Amino acid sequence: MTLQKLTIDSARDAVQQRTTTAMSLAESAYETIQKEDGTINAFVTLCKERTLEQADRIDRMAAEGKPLPRLGGVPVAIKDVMCTRGVRTTAGSKILSNFIPPYDSTAVARLEAAGAVIVGKANCDEFAMGSSNENSAYGPVRNPRDTSRVPGGSSGGSAAAVAAGMVVAALGSDTGGSIRQPASFCGVTGLMPTYGRVSRYGLIAFASSLDHIGPLTNSVKDAALVLRAIAGRDPMDSTSAEVPVPDYVAELEKPVRGLKIGVAKEYFGEGLDEEVRKSVEAAIEKLAKLECEIVPVSLPHTKYAVPTYYVVATAEASSNLARYDGVRYGFRVKQARTLSEMYRRTRDEGFGAEVKRRIMLGTYVLSAGYYDAYYLKAQKVRALLTRDFDEAFKEVDAIVTPTCPTAAFRLGDKVNDPLAMYLADIYTVTADLAGIPGISIPCGETEEKLPIGLQILGKHFDEATILRVAHAYETASGHSS
Amino acid sequence: MKVSESDVRYVADLANLELTEEERAHLQRDLNSILTYMDSLAELNTDKVAPMAQVSDRYGVDESKQGSQRFSYAAREDIVEGLRKSLPHDEALANAPEADENFFKVPKVIER
Repeated sequence: MTLQKLTIDSARDAVQQRTTTAMSLAESAYETIQKEDGTINAFVTLCKERTLEQADRIDRMAAEGKPLPRLGGVPVAIKDVMCTRGVRTTAGSKILSNFIPPYDSTAVARLEAAGAVIVGKANCDEFAMGSSNENSAYGPVRNPRDTSRVPGGSSGGSAAAVAAGMVVAALGSDTGGSIRQPASFCGVTGLMPTYGRVSRYGLIAFASSLDHIGPLTNSVKDAALVLRAIAGRDPMDSTSAEVPVPDYVAELEKPVRGLKIGVAKEYFGEGLDEEVRKSVEAAIEKLAKLECEIVPVSLPHTKYAVPTYYVVATAEASSNLARYDGVRYGFRVKQARTLSEMYRRTRDEGFGAEVKRRIMLGTYVLSAGYYDAYYLKAQKVRALLTRDFDEAFKEVDAIVTPTCPTAAFRLGDKVNDPLAMYLADIYTVTADLAGIPGISIPCGETEEKLPIGLQILGKHFDEATILRVAHAYETASGHSS
Repeated sequence: MKVSESDVRYVADLANLELTEEERAHLQRDLNSILTYMDSLAELNTDKVAPMAQVSDRYGVDESKQGSQRFSYAAREDIVEGLRKSLPHDEALANAPEADENFFKVPKVIER
């Protein structure tokens, strides 16, 4: 039995009413993983001990008739960039192949406190750098919908685990699109909350002003449930916002009639696949039928988003990854004669090609003589891109776009052309730069039966509106995963 | 922007990466093509635009205050173990590639 037919509510209710047990759900998860993961490769580490402890705890509560926490008994996967105490955490890299964190990230701790049963650590692009999950030191992940194709990245393992029915929900991270794009490619729901909505404490940092943690699920309601469990101020993350967490689930059923939905022409230009365009336009028509008002808007600086992102993100990454030096944890080369040799060879052998490429780019744009032309310039363009959204959101409540220009491509298609890979992020990076929330939901399929994703972007801290629109569309279209 | 081989060596030094000759060649090519693409940012006039380093100073900042007081929401009391207990020694050293009871061990720092 795969867990695909389960929602968070149906799983938890079944455990509460004792028609099943948390242990039994966890066993189903492991059975599916055993059967499919040889091909899919969604998991790097399974944490059976921790799984069984938590499942047992939940089952004892149910046996005693105690009300279970909101996600009680629900099997989940955690992208391997979030620290899990006592459970190996690799960030998809050789340089952390033996790293066992002594603490839990806040998002993980909160998810577990809400009753979720962590089954394992999901495979991902190394240090979250990639759009196809082909950059992992633990092998590529394959798309469960078509195993010759990529699941997207960098949260490819999280998306695949949900799509394959190995878990009911997963946590991913998004810096340039890494939750939304794999959700789109795998036909599941992926939510990137507002920057600062979810604590980054314990998230292995890629780009600190762009990193976000968020859920991948089979439905919008499940995304709302996970968000409610993990969101909120955390004193351990000074960038986490002092903004109250609404009851996202209660907000879901509110009517969407009269909401103004922006359609930005810059997201429907050259490079957008015809089948994707048709599918997204049909989705927009559906929203119009739900009595939303469709408003044309313009986000004029959109074409500068990808270069801006790759300057800012790589610069921040070059700084964040400086800590991987073989001294305190992780991989260290043997027989280095000097400290300098140890640093240099450890990093060259421990990091994969894409990571090294980005570290080099980031170091270059921050170096003396180039800082103004690149990094400072990109920070100013970032302000312009954010201003585009501020202006648009004066006129509309949400903006809909395709999540990606294409459906999932084949493994190996883009590995030799880094720039082509970067351009796949074109519709997702803008939200990361502006810090606004975005959700990707399934809205159709190509002729080859590959999933297509619809993206809904919202105002800062207005996840409630984008969840509401997404839920209304999901219900009306019958398109859940 | 033309990136030379010596540029690649210099940046690799800054980044503490011992690149092989093959890696240097590939990186030189990649850096050139990616940086050329990034040059498009120069098309924009940003003379009157303040740089945006992060999103988070839009929320929580107390505009009525001055200097670092504006970020008081992100600060905590300056007390020992105010937020949580420190890691015990053995846990902190548990992941070390080489350590003794107290220190991380590394190759000689000062060469004589």
